[in-house]
Amino acid sequence: MKRLALTVAISATLVTPALMTPAFGATIKLGLLLGFTGPLDSVAPTMLSAAELAVKEINDSGLLLDGSKLELVKADSTCIDANVAVTAADKVVTADHVDGIVGAMCSGASSAILQKVAIPNNVVMISPSATSPALSTIEDNGLFFRVSPSDARQGEVVAQMMYDRGIRSAALTYTNNDYGKGLSDSIQTNFKKLGGTITISAAHEDGKADYTADVAALAAAGGEILVVVGYPDQGGKGILQAAVDADAFGKFVLPDGLAVDSLMNVMGNSLNGSFGTLPGFGPNADKFKEIAAANGFKIGPYTGESYDDVALFALAMQAAKSSNSADYKDKIFEVANAPGTQIGPGELAKGLKILAEGGDVDYVGASSVELIGPGESAGNFRLIEVKDGKVVTVGGQAG
Amino acid sequence: MENLLNAVVLAANYLVIPATTYGCQIALGALGVTLIFSVLRFSNFAHGEMMSFGTMITIFTVWGLQAAGISIQPLSTALLALPVSIAATIAVTLLTDRWVYRFYRVRRVEPIIMVIVSAGLMFFFSGLTRFVIGPEDRNFDDGVRFIISAREFKERTGLAEGMSFRTTQAATIIVAVACVALLFWFLERTRTGKTMRAYADNEDLALLSGIDPEKVVMLAWTIAASLAAIAGTLYGMDKSYKPFVYQELLMPIFAAAIAGGFGNPLGAIAGGFLVAFSEVALTYPYKRLVSYLVPPSWQPDGLLQFLATDYKYAISFFILIIVLFTRPTGLLGKRSA
Repeated sequence: MKRLALTVAISATLVTPALMTPAFGATIKLGLLLGFTGPLDSVAPTMLSAAELAVKEINDSGLLLDGSKLELVKADSTCIDANVAVTAADKVVTADHVDGIVGAMCSGASSAILQKVAIPNNVVMISPSATSPALSTIEDNGLFFRVSPSDARQGEVVAQMMYDRGIRSAALTYTNNDYGKGLSDSIQTNFKKLGGTITISAAHEDGKADYTADVAALAAAGGEILVVVGYPDQGGKGILQAAVDADAFGKFVLPDGLAVDSLMNVMGNSLNGSFGTLPGFGPNADKFKEIAAANGFKIGPYTGESYDDVALFALAMQAAKSSNSADYKDKIFEVANAPGTQIGPGELAKGLKILAEGGDVDYVGASSVELIGPGESAGNFRLIEVKDGKVVTVGGQAG
Repeated sequence: MENLLNAVVLAANYLVIPATTYGCQIALGALGVTLIFSVLRFSNFAHGEMMSFGTMITIFTVWGLQAAGISIQPLSTALLALPVSIAATIAVTLLTDRWVYRFYRVRRVEPIIMVIVSAGLMFFFSGLTRFVIGPEDRNFDDGVRFIISAREFKERTGLAEGMSFRTTQAATIIVAVACVALLFWFLERTRTGKTMRAYADNEDLALLSGIDPEKVVMLAWTIAASLAAIAGTLYGMDKSYKPFVYQELLMPIFAAAIAGGFGNPLGAIAGGFLVAFSEVALTYPYKRLVSYLVPPSWQPDGLLQFLATDYKYAISFFILIIVLFTRPTGLLGKRSA
């Protein structure tokens, strides 16, 4: 007991001075809620790096609200358990007193956090990567935004692309969650509207040991092509691999950035002739790729969006001259859209300076941010095709 | 005649070959689990993470070998790296036993405590592998992918259906058969193996006969760790290595071990194939297969699928429940006393 008391005393003396060091300017905390564990744990790290990069850039400039510093409070939204996500969000809001939430990563977690934490506590949320169409119509008191486009839009683009290439029947498989269901429904509806047929629409589970049975079912239903709505390091890849190995389908539709480098390195040539979309790849994507490389991380899904997410918070706070959600929530549209000086990735200091001097900015960022309707990205899609094992851009489609 | 051949090839391509490979992978895992159960008398939840750890070592060794320019093309470098991985997994497992399990064993704690300890270690190792190698998906198989690909098969035979047979599938089946044969020879024929069986059968009697329990325990861990490293590496070669998937692998492995009768090596193998074949066969749509075998006028309209693939996960549990209801000690388990 004595020893315990002593330990407490020692740690108290060690900790207190650090707590009492006066900070230059205030510290503005942002909650960062990503699925650090669970089925998407492999996507979270690059998103984290991008968000941290934006924070570093803003803090190095020293221009945010008279030298305030941004600080990220990380929490795990898991992507699989909405209750855990809500608890994590509740902790960062009520215990850490964050002024905004970067997140959540997945659609299910985002809507749960919005309803149970963000609205009751009046905190702004900007999701970098939630794409479910359901989030467009959700009641949000003007607190929810996303830098990612709704899948309703992408489904249209994908369906049109399939139809334009003369495809009239296709099998479809999607990852069994809000995101997969939303995007596949949208593709299916739009493709049918154009006059095409979906022979089968089957869900697949992520993180499974074997996908032969799934592919067998898809193959039995038939179709000219297989549409795969899934993750490139999960079931999406498992399905593609099994389908190629069994020669069940010759070509695939790869929507929503399924055709990433890591997948191409493994199966590039066997996907020749397949096509799809890459979202969030506007004109600045290459520039951001260089910036990321210089800072030691690679571009993955929604990396640029995560950077833009933090940037939007900082710019909106700067424009409102306040880090209070109630004050800056109305400024998010203003800084994201025209009119104003266009701000690209790596130019956050410039943006903060213009706003401080009373000017206006139009944040373009890494993912060509343009907010529409209920506060979501209009979406930029590159139409891509796999040729000789490499992803080639064959066209663009702005939202 | 050609229709019949097409049907056979189709069934081989989608049912027999994939299910056999998958069955071997599960069986190797289930053997390790069942072995630990029979000797140490608890369910080792950390087994999936041992597989994960072993695979991680394989990957590091493969990278090292590749950097040094050593390869055994057309075979995968991973096979060359396997001994290193087995050695490392054995070392780590023995250390874990020394530092963690032994503490509880000498106190003769209830089996449930051991189970919880193993669950704790599962979380520890799952964190460790993610910390060291990261959560990303990794492909480390650099061998020639196909012995025969589906397209090649079609061109050569002129049949409408193709059949593919991957190098990794062949490697899996061959290595699995070799491991099982070796294990059974060891358990049935060698003195040490018999000691182990005696200890598993009746601990007190074995102790009275002068068997050193610590030796038996160490041996059991050594074998379980080797099996884990081999099973993990084979699975990773065939599919890919992603820590999350290895975590999920635990479920079919336990279903197989339990269905086969916990503590029975033969049962673990039977259980592995039972789980794999039912997962594949129950969710396979038989439309195309049937269409080759019946006259055109009898062509089926539906997919002829027993269960949608969404229910694949449920199948392992379903088998488990049926087996536990009808034969509580497992398919090949001992009659309950």
